[in-house]
Amino acid sequence: MSKLNTSSSEFDLDRPNIEDYLPSGTIQEPCGKLRLRDLLDISPTLTEAAGAIIDDSFTRCFKSNPPEPWNWNVYLFPLWCLGVVVRYGFLFPLRVLVLTLGWIVFLSCYFPVHTLLKGNEKLRKKLERGLVELICSFFVASWTGVIKYHGPRPSMRPKQVFVANHTSMIDFIVLEQMTAFAVIMQKHPGWVGLLQSTILDSLGCIWFHRSESKDREIVARKLREHVEGADNNPLLIFPEGTCVNNHYTVMFKKGAFELGCTVCPIAIKYNKIFVDAFWNSRKQSFTTHLLQLMTSWAVVCDVWYLEPQNLKPGETPIEFAERVRDIISVRAGLKKVPWDGYLKYSRPSPKHRERKQQSFAETVLLRLEEK
Amino acid sequence: MGNTSSMLTQYDIEEVQEHCNNTFSQQEIVSLYQRFCQLDRNGCGFISADEFMSVPEFAVNPLSQRLLRMLDGLNFKEFVAFLSAFSSRASLQQKVEFIFKVYDFDGNGKVTFNEMLDILRDLTGQFISEQQREEVLTQVLEEAGYAKDSLLVQADFMKILGNSSLKMEVEVPVD
Repeated sequence: MSKLNTSSSEFDLDRPNIEDYLPSGTIQEPCGKLRLRDLLDISPTLTEAAGAIIDDSFTRCFKSNPPEPWNWNVYLFPLWCLGVVVRYGFLFPLRVLVLTLGWIVFLSCYFPVHTLLKGNEKLRKKLERGLVELICSFFVASWTGVIKYHGPRPSMRPKQVFVANHTSMIDFIVLEQMTAFAVIMQKHPGWVGLLQSTILDSLGCIWFHRSESKDREIVARKLREHVEGADNNPLLIFPEGTCVNNHYTVMFKKGAFELGCTVCPIAIKYNKIFVDAFWNSRKQSFTTHLLQLMTSWAVVCDVWYLEPQNLKPGETPIEFAERVRDIISVRAGLKKVPWDGYLKYSRPSPKHRERKQQSFAETVLLRLEEK
Repeated sequence: MGNTSSMLTQYDIEEVQEHCNNTFSQQEIVSLYQRFCQLDRNGCGFISADEFMSVPEFAVNPLSQRLLRMLDGLNFKEFVAFLSAFSSRASLQQKVEFIFKVYDFDGNGKVTFNEMLDILRDLTGQFISEQQREEVLTQVLEEAGYAKDSLLVQADFMKILGNSSLKMEVEVPVD
């Protein structure tokens, strides 16, 4: 009961922010003749600014939520210490072993398959798919992933894309374990980048650099080519374009929704009971993130494969994207914010400000005419 | 993040409270400190204009550029003092004083016609022509008993805004 209360009050706290920013600017009903006071009173705008400084819905999307400490009690503390010893001294080495074993098995099969079966494309692809699914299972095992999959498993057929909310790169591993998806992903540096350009490339994954606008066109073209192919792996897109902390969803990029394909939504919800699965790429590298997961008790998560959606007649790709975002947010219990996740890297366009200016200007002019 | 709040001692909090005339409770100060650390990305003890602008909701505010002039490089004490006008415990006088300071660009204690026009320009942008803006402002000034060349002091602002239901309150989330 108390848990229910906190979540509903949390919801109320978030509400005003979202409602304030979806309609255009501050709404002031014109009432009566314009007076000096109305022009000089800038308090609504100032209040909005101060509100944004004190708390804002965008920053909240990327806030890591460390698990609640529960060891501040004389009775619990020894227990907690024991937990640390078990997690770091026993579980962690065991998991490293499992992962190493996984890699040995994977690499010793993958390279022969990749090089020797050049003639038999079909068999090679099939084996490679199986192997990638295998190594992903090893990864999931290395954090004792307790994952519940709901709904029908994705199948391979042309003209469909899968879209999911994005919390961490482990989303990809969790989904890949079940089905060998081809994914659209930001190109990463380091060992992840190496994996991307060697192994994952064979699945038909598409890489891009977020900062290069030229890449956008190339990716759009590759996307279109990929979904047309009948025996290509199903395509997985994280339309948020950035990792969000699994409490919110930011706006979906419309790319996946204007391909003219069936869109199959996937909702992923992590249970934060043992570890926060959000990868805060500003604060930690992916390796540290993985280590954090590997030293926790378990990663608990639910995955829902949801009803495939099609563009309705008269619907724009943006409306379609919003509709799918709705479906995912409802299923995974996420709150929607009207922000583009790329604002982490850039400033909002002046369009938003102009909308506020326009509504203020209109009320001023309207009230000026009233006598 | 979890440890940052414990970095503030009782003395620190009391000092900050004194600095902002007790407009915030101790818990609110702790919350504000967490927020301050969150905004101060590079952890240098003050928030730069760029860090403020990284909050989209702030960046789209029509008055953000003007407020940045007051905000740029604030340390925690100044940050709290800046926000104190928005506390529910702040007096009407304090709130009006804050608004006056936003208007008074050169800080000489007098607001000129041009300073009022500047704010109006920020608020309305390209949606009202410069000429029309001047006309509107002149007209309402005259109707209120001022002239185009009058200099408004804080007492005038108090008279104009003081009796209205000035709603300038922001709640600090406390957990």
